[in-house]
Amino acid sequence: MSDRALAVVRAGALTTVQDLGRTGYAHLGVPRSGALDPAAVRLVNRLVGNPEDSAVLETTVSGCALRPRCAVTVAVGGAPCPVRVDGRPAAWGTTVRVGAGSVLEVGAAVRGLRSYVAVGGGIAVAPVLGSRSTDLLSGLGPAPLAEDTVLPLGPDTGVRVAVDAPPWPGPPDELVLRVRLGPRDDWFTADALRALSTRAYRVSPASNRIGLRLDGPPLERAVAGELPSEGMVLGAVQVPPDGRPVVFLADHPTTGGYPVVAVVREADLGAAAQAVPGTPVRFVPVR
Amino acid sequence: MRVLRVGDRALLVELDDSGATEALHAELLRRRAAGALPAVREIVPAARTVLLDGVDAPERLAAELAGWEPAPLHARVGEAVEVPVRYDGPDLPEVAALWGVSVEAAVRIHTAAEFRVSFCGFAPGFGYLTGLGERYEVPRRATPRTAVPAGSVALAGPYTGVYPRSSPGGWQLIGSTDLVLWDAERDPAALLAPGTRVRFTAGGGR
Repeated sequence: MSDRALAVVRAGALTTVQDLGRTGYAHLGVPRSGALDPAAVRLVNRLVGNPEDSAVLETTVSGCALRPRCAVTVAVGGAPCPVRVDGRPAAWGTTVRVGAGSVLEVGAAVRGLRSYVAVGGGIAVAPVLGSRSTDLLSGLGPAPLAEDTVLPLGPDTGVRVAVDAPPWPGPPDELVLRVRLGPRDDWFTADALRALSTRAYRVSPASNRIGLRLDGPPLERAVAGELPSEGMVLGAVQVPPDGRPVVFLADHPTTGGYPVVAVVREADLGAAAQAVPGTPVRFVPVR
Repeated sequence: MRVLRVGDRALLVELDDSGATEALHAELLRRRAAGALPAVREIVPAARTVLLDGVDAPERLAAELAGWEPAPLHARVGEAVEVPVRYDGPDLPEVAALWGVSVEAAVRIHTAAEFRVSFCGFAPGFGYLTGLGERYEVPRRATPRTAVPAGSVALAGPYTGVYPRSSPGGWQLIGSTDLVLWDAERDPAALLAPGTRVRFTAGGGR
């Protein structure tokens, strides 16, 4: 019987196990976590015949290299990147067969930031509160991959779905984020609200899985003082005292004391997670 | 009660004080348990608000909420969790001085109070407990500690909290407990979930 596991040869800058998140525990202070680009996760899982919410690997900028201990079917999606098996070029965005002991090299992202690697059967680390996701804010779930980490794999269904041309909108040259103003837009001056919807922001290199940090005109508050801590949602545009907005991503804290000026539509957050530092950002208020 | 929209699928209900907030939270849980609440993924209470996230028809729910009159909380509903504490925290003398009492009297005040977990945040299983009177509010430390040991019992503002694991922190440390506040493998994972009644007892452990 072959050993259904995956050994990490090169961990890359930050590679984590992610599924679609740990929902239902926010009231205990547990972040939702989960993949930052869930559409990409659903697609790579479908390609290898996994349920859409199976756990995959999320790489950051520099990819990773893996050596399966059994023959596996994989699919690499999300940020486009070179894929190699034992040094030979292989396909991105569709299924690739990797023999036992061969090395799958997921190269550095050519565009975007985060590639996703689905393996037939899924990454089968023990779930924590219903999810296998690594939560970098509170430390729940498996640790980020390190050299020599061995990850167990689930049983492969062997059922593959034919997907000819996987849709991949590509990382944006300009990130357009549709927002609904509030709940605390009344904490900001009219000038600040105008700035939010008309001025150009840029993705800051300080962005991470917790938040997309933005450089640009600071948003001035109309109300001084402190807001008592309140519940936070995915996509919340929180404004800390320096006035520079932060868009909350999957590992965001469940409560916070800085006012939320607006909330980004969930459908736009996958693109936000693929926007490289320096990408221009525009907020478009919608109702 | 003020109901604010939060994005496309959430509502933030704002209340006048922590008592009304806890009462609304209890009412929401009651209705959810009775199957009388539309599907809501997360109900997140906080200091003066309750967030309802993952709501399919937020406008309809907002209209419904406006007509609610949550029953005031009964002080003694449910079992109280007892937290045995060694009152030997490094900030206990300072807290006693702020209260204008002896260290022994400060311990008596803290063990006589009936607490309730108002909400969680900061870290998984970190509860913000209310129950001390307004005159016992204390400021955070001017300089936070880089590492507060797990199990530390601490005060800040109107709240008492117990650090579920070692972390940086700016609260005033008055003691420590051996209870495991958070264990993701345990059911329930959090000993001090929102709405839980809590009592602290002196002389726990060693």
